[in-house]
Amino acid sequence: MAFVAPHENDGVNTSPFVSDEVKTTTCYMCACRCGIKVHLRDGQIRYIQGNRDHPVNKGVLCGKGAAGIMQHYSPARLRKPLKRVGERGSGEFVEIEWDEALSIATTWLSNIRATDPKKLAFFTGRDQSQSLTGWWANQFGTPNYAAHGGFCSVNMATAGIYTIGGSFWEFGEPDWEHTKYFMMFGVAEDHDSNPIKIGLGKLKARGAKFVSVNPAQTGYSAIADEWLGIRPGTDGLFVLAIIHELLKSGSVDLDYLVKYTNAPWLVIQAPGTAEDGLIARDPQGNPQCWDQKTKTAVNALLPSVQPVLRGNFDLGAKRAVPAFQLMAERYLDDAYAPEAVAERCGIPAATIKRIAAELAHVAFQQTIELPIAWTDWAGRRHDKMVGRPVAMHAMRGISAHSNGFHTCRAIHLLQMMLGSIDVPGGFRYKPPYPRPIPPSPKPTGKAGTTPNQPLGGMPLGFVTAPEDLLIDAQGKPIRIDKAFTWDHPIASHGMLHMVIKNAVNADPYPIDTLFLYMANMAWNSSMNTRGTIDMLTAKHANGEYKIPHIIYSDAYASETVAYSDLVLPDTTYLERWDCISLLDRPISDADAACDAIRQPVLQPDRDVRGFQTVLLDLGARLKLPGMVDEDGDPKYPGGYADYIINHERAPGIGPLAGWRGDGTQHGHGAPNAAQLDNYIDNGCFWRGEIPRDARYFKMANAGYLAWAKSMGFLPNTEQIILHLYSEPLQKFRNAARGHGPAQPPDKDRARIDQYFDPMPIWYMPFDEAASNATEFPLHALTQRPMHHYQSWGSQNAWLRQITAQNRLFMHRDTAAAQNIADDDWVWITSRSGRVKAQVRLVEGVNKNTVWTWNAIGKRKGAWALKPDAPENARGFLLNHVISETLPDMRSNSDPITGQAAWFDVRVKVERAADHEQGESDHDFDDMQSPPGVTTGPDVLQYGAGFREAAE
Amino acid sequence: MTSLPTTTGKKLGLVIDLDTCVGCQACVTNCKEWNTSGHMAPLTDLNAYGAGADGVWFNRVHTYEVAGHEGCGASASRTMHFPRSCLHCEKPECVTVCPTGASYKRASDGIVLVNEDLCIGCKLCSWACPYGAREFDVFEGVMKKCTLCVDRIYNENLAEEDRVPACVLTCPTSARHFGDLGDPNSDVSKLVASRGGVDLMPEMGYQPVNKYLPPRSRKDTASSMPAPELKPADTANGLLGWVDRLLSR
Amino acid sequence: MHPALSVIFFTTSSGAGYGMLSVLGIYATLGYLSRSLWFSLTTMIIALGLITAGLLSSTLHLGHPERAWRAFSQWRTSWLSREGIMAVATYIPALLFGMVWIFLPASTAVLGVVMAVCALGTLYTTAMIYRSLKPIHHWHNQHVVPCYLVLGPMTGAVWLLVLSQLFAQPIPFLSPICLVLLAAGLTAKWLYWSFVDSTSGPSSPASATGLGKPESGVQVRSIEWPHTEANYVMKEMGFQVARKHAQRLRTIAIWAGFLIPGVMIETAILQPSTNPLIWCVPAALLMSVGIITERWLFFAEAKHTVMLYYGAQKA
Ligand SMILES: Nc1nc2c(c(=O)[nH]1)N[C@H]1C(S)=C(S)[C@@H](COP(=O)(O)OP(=O)(O)OC[C@H]3O[C@@H](n4cnc5c(=O)[nH]c(N)nc54)[C@H](O)[C@@H]3O)O[C@H]1N2
Ligand SMILES: Nc1nc2c(c(=O)[nH]1)N[C@H]1C(S)=C(S)[C@@H](COP(=O)(O)OP(=O)(O)OC[C@H]3O[C@@H](n4cnc5c(=O)[nH]c(N)nc54)[C@H](O)[C@@H]3O)O[C@H]1N2
Ligand code: SF4
Ligand code: SF4
Ligand code: SF4
Ligand code: SF4
Ligand code: SF4
Ligand SMILES: [Mo]
Repeated sequence: MAFVAPHENDGVNTSPFVSDEVKTTTCYMCACRCGIKVHLRDGQIRYIQGNRDHPVNKGVLCGKGAAGIMQHYSPARLRKPLKRVGERGSGEFVEIEWDEALSIATTWLSNIRATDPKKLAFFTGRDQSQSLTGWWANQFGTPNYAAHGGFCSVNMATAGIYTIGGSFWEFGEPDWEHTKYFMMFGVAEDHDSNPIKIGLGKLKARGAKFVSVNPAQTGYSAIADEWLGIRPGTDGLFVLAIIHELLKSGSVDLDYLVKYTNAPWLVIQAPGTAEDGLIARDPQGNPQCWDQKTKTAVNALLPSVQPVLRGNFDLGAKRAVPAFQLMAERYLDDAYAPEAVAERCGIPAATIKRIAAELAHVAFQQTIELPIAWTDWAGRRHDKMVGRPVAMHAMRGISAHSNGFHTCRAIHLLQMMLGSIDVPGGFRYKPPYPRPIPPSPKPTGKAGTTPNQPLGGMPLGFVTAPEDLLIDAQGKPIRIDKAFTWDHPIASHGMLHMVIKNAVNADPYPIDTLFLYMANMAWNSSMNTRGTIDMLTAKHANGEYKIPHIIYSDAYASETVAYSDLVLPDTTYLERWDCISLLDRPISDADAACDAIRQPVLQPDRDVRGFQTVLLDLGARLKLPGMVDEDGDPKYPGGYADYIINHERAPGIGPLAGWRGDGTQHGHGAPNAAQLDNYIDNGCFWRGEIPRDARYFKMANAGYLAWAKSMGFLPNTEQIILHLYSEPLQKFRNAARGHGPAQPPDKDRARIDQYFDPMPIWYMPFDEAASNATEFPLHALTQRPMHHYQSWGSQNAWLRQITAQNRLFMHRDTAAAQNIADDDWVWITSRSGRVKAQVRLVEGVNKNTVWTWNAIGKRKGAWALKPDAPENARGFLLNHVISETLPDMRSNSDPITGQAAWFDVRVKVERAADHEQGESDHDFDDMQSPPGVTTGPDVLQYGAGFREAAE
Repeated sequence: MTSLPTTTGKKLGLVIDLDTCVGCQACVTNCKEWNTSGHMAPLTDLNAYGAGADGVWFNRVHTYEVAGHEGCGASASRTMHFPRSCLHCEKPECVTVCPTGASYKRASDGIVLVNEDLCIGCKLCSWACPYGAREFDVFEGVMKKCTLCVDRIYNENLAEEDRVPACVLTCPTSARHFGDLGDPNSDVSKLVASRGGVDLMPEMGYQPVNKYLPPRSRKDTASSMPAPELKPADTANGLLGWVDRLLSR
Repeated sequence: MHPALSVIFFTTSSGAGYGMLSVLGIYATLGYLSRSLWFSLTTMIIALGLITAGLLSSTLHLGHPERAWRAFSQWRTSWLSREGIMAVATYIPALLFGMVWIFLPASTAVLGVVMAVCALGTLYTTAMIYRSLKPIHHWHNQHVVPCYLVLGPMTGAVWLLVLSQLFAQPIPFLSPICLVLLAAGLTAKWLYWSFVDSTSGPSSPASATGLGKPESGVQVRSIEWPHTEANYVMKEMGFQVARKHAQRLRTIAIWAGFLIPGVMIETAILQPSTNPLIWCVPAALLMSVGIITERWLFFAEAKHTVMLYYGAQKA
């Protein structure tokens, strides 16, 4: 209820006119993708507010989203296509017309396509149109496509998808309404920015316990009921110690394990054979378990079986034990006892035991029941939903370590043991998840590439056995980034962080054109930034660049623009059509499938074009199949909007799921010419609710499985069994042990054998292991500031006022031991480089850890900032001390997924000499703004015009 | 008129929950975004793209480390985020010191405002505010401050549910609440009562209307949850004896 | 607090002017003021000049000097408004007094009293502007008003002494009175400094954040400001002067503002054979330097409670 304006008579207009028009669209100040309402007045933005009806943000906006005005009117916006005329990096460009830009690109690319399509490496960064960009790469015929997931959170995604058929990442969420105990591992902000904050607000209001495991006590951790300042890279040990405690005390949800996981499946024990460690299967391929009733091995998928969880069984020729037993035996070992791990983790054994006890107590003594009747996959009716109200969430603090895949699997294992996946109060899938395990499809490219032919499938996918790797007969990598090779077999998101290096070294082969979109590779998205810049400008003896052509689409004057040969300027997020598709990274919530669009709420005042439209145009010029009709004319002359409406990935399945066919069909249906209007009428999003009785136990809920199949999310209505024990991993291990048609080279056997453990393991992160612990005693981390998005925030006149300099946060005691005082300038040195920073002493950080805000430091002259901007003069980029390679010359990544291990770096911190105090140290030349881009005004009075208009 | 009303019809204000605020700065930028085109428009930014960027803001969020407070629980200290804006004091000397009558407190709802047309920019009111809630617009030469979104909360051009301050509308954690603190039955008054809401610097005697809810005690000790210690399972049938029971799929 | 030069100049210059008027007024009432056209004309021009220059300077720091007239309206609550009124109102008795003193043979006794009261009243209202500001402990204390009430007449008296000697119009007892005022000024300032050095305001970071009373033992340490660059609040209220620097300036203020001028005037008294101007002109100049330093410190050393939010532990 609002208040009524009183008669104050002070001349204040309490009902001023706000806007002539309010348009809904989707925010893209970050990948959370909240619904917004843009108030427009005289063609300018008066105010951006959250859309109350939107499933993601329910009306709220974060600090970035609310600063959208300054993002949109940023002086750093590119204005016109650019062609490089000076040396790479010099920033010397000429402005050219779109026609010329597109014909240059067409010439380069059509040559490649006609000769050797894999010489195009098309890599996209914070892309939200991967279903388009991936399809485009496929139609072009190159396997060398990926988005940024490989350096972002593929550990999280892959560990989840191979284990529970979904993941924390963006594919699931805690049951904020019901959970009573919430554990968060290594999260500063995450992609679910607003949903997490809304959720934490709910927990706080309800008084549920919130535990944050994080070396740094900031942001979310600041409001946690308990903060565990763990030592980086040791969460796996911590979690496995909790599992040890649960097993020791028998506090495990056996019913859940038997009903929903592969815990009872029999694992063959035949050391030295090709079958060892694989699941015992019947002739039809069904997994087997030991049935207590019949005392025989039977099809474990049958609803009637009564499986045992321990024992050693004779299956005729071989012996087998239930997966659960293997697991229990491993983690009951004293090596996993809290006492054994406490010191390394920096968490006292008593605390680990208490947390285990609390988890068990809440899961098993404080169960909740929702009076919702449901039917399981076997047709059995249950009159209520019983939940173990313990929820977990983890992100890059787990993921960005080289042991992240296993650590993440350990957390999922813990969740399964507590019976808290997709139950009331637990972790919940967001449709289209859960997906079948192991997932499909496999990555395409094994067959090689053919000139002028499509690849034949999506470049990225999921390998489930050594045979699926993308290596040729000689074992040479098929992809430029060496994803899906013995180096990183399950690199499901590709490895953007290796592309430049490999291309420059022609390892495995040289490329012709590097086509980048929305990735600031010459600065904050690269490890070893200096080295990356040198590689981007590296030349052959004949004076030609080692990467002959670089095409880049950015919307702003980022550091990377200067290193491009051809720049395709994008619009801002308020000027274009976009599609947030279920085929891509969806925005669903646990109760509904959702997708959304972005509509142009303003027309560009510059000569810029939406990248997706440009990509389709380029596709048509290259005559890529699917992008031209029979006559060779563009199939989507209306650009991206045309594609969003009319493209069908499979019959009836298109980029958007809502209002298909005649406008009443959802999920499936023919293209609907009015679809975008339908979206706009609905606030630019679609939300298809899951039936009420299908919202939990999704992996085994008949109602859900049927609904998901009808929506096209699942191929069938079979139960999805969660993989406590991972057979695909064991297959790689067996290959390393000399079995099967595809085996690793000898140098890789031991590595594969060690890391492809079918059950979670812990090992010291590689960079840590490679750095002398006495010389480099500290872990160095970055965190996302909640009010800045990567590098974008610094061009925003409002956000940069909040943070224009990043400090190095350090524990008071650690600093005192080294005579470092607050505000001192220090050198941060790792085994690969050093950088200078100003410290801020705190207590809320693990004593062995230092950290800073990510991507605040900027290169002088970039982002249309003035040369004296503190982002350069006093800010710094930790990336300068992170190496992209390990001493053994492998990439600094997780051995399974290839996830870049940003947070493994070890450093020493020393006070800088007196004459070095006062500012950062940068051995980079100043950059020059591209043509058309000039720094903004000194005095900014946004809104003054509206005031005058009101008077 | 800088004489204060003896009573105000309502005491509109904010309640800010320090136990829930994650320091996301949403209230900060949303306030800026609304108000730079609002009643006190514009909120000028100086040196917007270079060194010394310095603009007018009505709301700022600090980060502290707190020790010795019951809200810290067992740990030595805790991080606390602290939003700071005008508290719309009942006895605001920022108003009484104003020589021109530009600063005033509304008798109807208690909102403390500046009439920019009267302001001579002497800055005295900003000296008189213990909380630093007033920011001078150097470029415009007048004092500016939080208006409690007086141009939103009654605005008939906005949907009824949007008639709350911008900072409250946007706060993702719901750490900010708006209402009539003069009405003991209002939601905000009840919240203040139940959570022990406090005044900032009560010793100044300004009697802030806005209230802060201090951080609640952590649940980081064994006594904070009724979870009994885990006892080793019965090992009569071996270490995993407890696993042997009838289980069905 | 930011030591704005315009305000420092205003308080010192106008302070001397009003101080001079108050001394003149009292002498006139007592009938001790001689009449000499050039002396009285120059004296009145200088007194009013100091006042006017100070007042004009004070408008320099206004965002809207052209609206300065509005400042007279809020005398019911605002000491600044009251000061403005008093400052302007004092012109009336002062101009009348000057007219009579300079041109007419009539008595200046009554006008002298009125003028002195108004001048001292103005000094009082100026002091009260600072005295009334609760967030600033250095100002919100009982020592501020005495300081202003003494330092104004003190500076006025010393300059009057110089004028009287320049025009050879000796004013009875003015030299010893200057000495008394210098002693009183030093005492007042000394008491002020010992008070502010030994006490601090009632607030603390704990009370500023609502976490407890200052004595509660709750510690609050600022780890991140809401902005990495200085903003208005910090620039205006966060001025910091290093302790060592402040001590040095205080020493300058004490020696230049009080002790040396006192010794010089004393010397002039003790050596009636020499031209007193040789001692008194430098004494007055030095005193002015000392008082400007004192006034700079009055602002620069003052701490505002808002800085408790920015990491200050005391204010
Ligand atoms: N505001 C904002 N939001 C963003 C982004 C942004 O730049 N700004 N970026 C987006 C992107 S691309 C991504 S990938 C996500 C990332 O979102 P987050 O997962 O929140 O990523 P980071 O900020 O890198 O935070 C990692 C956290 O892990 C902690 N940590 C580091 N090592 C360990 C460890 O070993 N164990 C534990 N338990 N914790 C550890 C760090 O202290 C930090 O708090 O955020 C997205 N959302
Ligand atoms: N030290 C350290 N480094 C890290 C990380 C870390 O935690 N620590 N995190 C890593 C992770 S997870 C990620 S995801 C990367 C992120 O790093 P990047 O992928 O580089 O992400 P951004 O900095 O957001 O910038 C990408 C580019 O997109 C451009 N852009 C913005 N909006 C648009 C648009 O609308 N259209 C187009 N075409 N371009 C646009 C920006 O101008 C910018 O140049 O950083 C990685 N780097
Ligand atoms: S979290 Fe913030 S920046 Fe990201 S989409 Fe939502 S409102 Fe925009
Ligand atoms: S908080 Fe400051 S500006 Fe606001 S009413 Fe109180 S004293 Fe005045
Ligand atoms: S700055 Fe303006 S509002 Fe503040 S006291 Fe002076 S005249 Fe009044
Ligand atoms: S009430 Fe309005 S003006 Fe005040 S801080 Fe909140 S948003 Fe800003
Ligand atoms: S929006 Fe809410 S959570 Fe964020 S800083 Fe403001 S009060 Fe805190
Ligand atoms: Mo990321």
